[in-house]
Amino acid sequence: MPELQLSLDGAPLSARPGQTVGAALAGAGIASWRTTRHAGRPRGLFCGIGVCFDCLLTVDGVPNQRACLTPARDGMELRTESEDAGEGRDV
Amino acid sequence: MFDVAVVGAGPAGLAAAVHAADAGLSVALVDAGAQPGGQFWRHPVEGEASAGAPEPAGHHGWQRFAVLRARLYAHESAGRITYWRNAQVWLLAAGPAAGVLHLAPALDVPGGAPDALPATVRARRLILCPGGYDRQLPVPGWDLPGVMAAGGVQALLKGSGTAAGKVAVVAGTGPFLLPVATGLAGAGIRVAAICEANSPAGWLRNLRGAVQAPEKAVEGAAYAAALARHRIPYRVRTAVTEIHGTDRVEAVTMSRLARDGMVVPGTGRRVSCDVVALGWGFTPQLELVLAAGAATTMDVDGSLVAVVDDRLATGVPGISVAGEAAGVGGASMAVVEGELAALCVAAESGGARAGAAGLGARIARLQRERARLRGFAVAMHRANPVPERWQGWLVPETVVCRCEEVSYGELCRAHVELGARDARSLKSFARPGMGWCQGRVCGYAAASIAANLAGRPFEGPAAAADLRAMAKRALAAPVPLGRLAAMAPGQPEPALPPLETPAAKGDPT
Repeated sequence: MPELQLSLDGAPLSARPGQTVGAALAGAGIASWRTTRHAGRPRGLFCGIGVCFDCLLTVDGVPNQRACLTPARDGMELRTESEDAGEGRDV
Repeated sequence: MFDVAVVGAGPAGLAAAVHAADAGLSVALVDAGAQPGGQFWRHPVEGEASAGAPEPAGHHGWQRFAVLRARLYAHESAGRITYWRNAQVWLLAAGPAAGVLHLAPALDVPGGAPDALPATVRARRLILCPGGYDRQLPVPGWDLPGVMAAGGVQALLKGSGTAAGKVAVVAGTGPFLLPVATGLAGAGIRVAAICEANSPAGWLRNLRGAVQAPEKAVEGAAYAAALARHRIPYRVRTAVTEIHGTDRVEAVTMSRLARDGMVVPGTGRRVSCDVVALGWGFTPQLELVLAAGAATTMDVDGSLVAVVDDRLATGVPGISVAGEAAGVGGASMAVVEGELAALCVAAESGGARAGAAGLGARIARLQRERARLRGFAVAMHRANPVPERWQGWLVPETVVCRCEEVSYGELCRAHVELGARDARSLKSFARPGMGWCQGRVCGYAAASIAANLAGRPFEGPAAAADLRAMAKRALAAPVPLGRLAAMAPGQPEPALPPLETPAAKGDPT
């Protein structure tokens, strides 16, 4: 099966069709891709089903997307988020 | 205008939508997922054989799901069910003649929005089937990457055949820990231990409920065999009381618990692992129930649930609730409740076609089946309670609210120095539950901590008020500001629910 090619902060990341971004990251051994606003602590998947918002990252320029829900697509550009990225959040 | 709108396409919602359409009603089905099944019947992307795991033919109750799904798709093709995938309800307005659901795409990424998603759906009746998610208790280090909700670990396995590490510890309480552990082992992960805070001896005291559901004993025996086959140690009266690591989990401390949940001194044992799966039962998603103005109460498992009658109707005209939000009971019970809610709505709607005669007898049968399964669920809840003294595992630095990074020490200070005596004041003074997840993850813990700090047992109407304070949300889902702005003047505009309501509101007790 053809693998999908994504990137995380410019580094290549492969995924299988049907995987979420979170699953692709976890499968690649990457446990965190965000740091918290106050303590700067690393975060990745926690609830895995869209409830906790711990796994936020920027997908193709759109900030604050839940990795656990976002389907991986070929050519997707993922960016890790750090403390100030959360400030522009919607309601 | 639809006859009925069903929110959620998990076991309850799927059954509700299919049976409502069978009875001749026009049905709208709204679900945040890309495909039906909810969390319980999560499965790889349909038609993508390459996603890793094949469709799980051996999955518990899978055949039942496959049948419901086929009927859903048939109704959808025939135009009897209008099914919006990847769509979430961010606002619900209950009215005398109709309910209005305000919809938003579940994902903001390009291509994530469903085609032609309407801004609103109107229906004469609403059946809310929002389901639930793992209940969590904070423990030192639970915010380290590699620590996940048990359901999240399961979702990775079921959805894409992905395991999040190499060595796992599964901890908490309840039967759900078993499929998570055996699922991990089946995916080649070594499960170093299952830590069950309670003891199966608890079953003996609840035998009456247990024998009402003999099929569950068969299920239990299958898991016991799987644990033996994979050599998974099952440690009872044991909890993960500390999680270690710097930038990700490296080990846990497992401790023996006394009957009240206090750690037995000197029993702590360090176990290396890179995955920790935590689950303490389930928390129903109550935001739409609360937004509808329906009454809620604390169930025997300590969860805030909708108050419903034996037809699953809330006190708000036109609004029914089925599945976990009416009391945590698992997928089998949710399917029964979905069908029951749909048939009751059909029986009360003029639109039900002549072939729907005999609904009364089916409704009575479903009510008996629901009572039987509820008896089992109650026995399960009583056998697997949250340990009474779990807060004894916390240290002042332990993060309670993961979003706003509010520590246990800060909550204690809000009580001692600012006089917070309930969850509502704790929330205003120290901000737990005010971040991204809006208290979905820390709500139970913060409510229970509030009661403990105030010297109250966590039970009764006061505890329900604490849970309600943490569960009340201005919006049921995060939406782009544009959606709010797009609510054009002149349209029937529902008032935004207030952030807080009087603590006593809606409590039937």
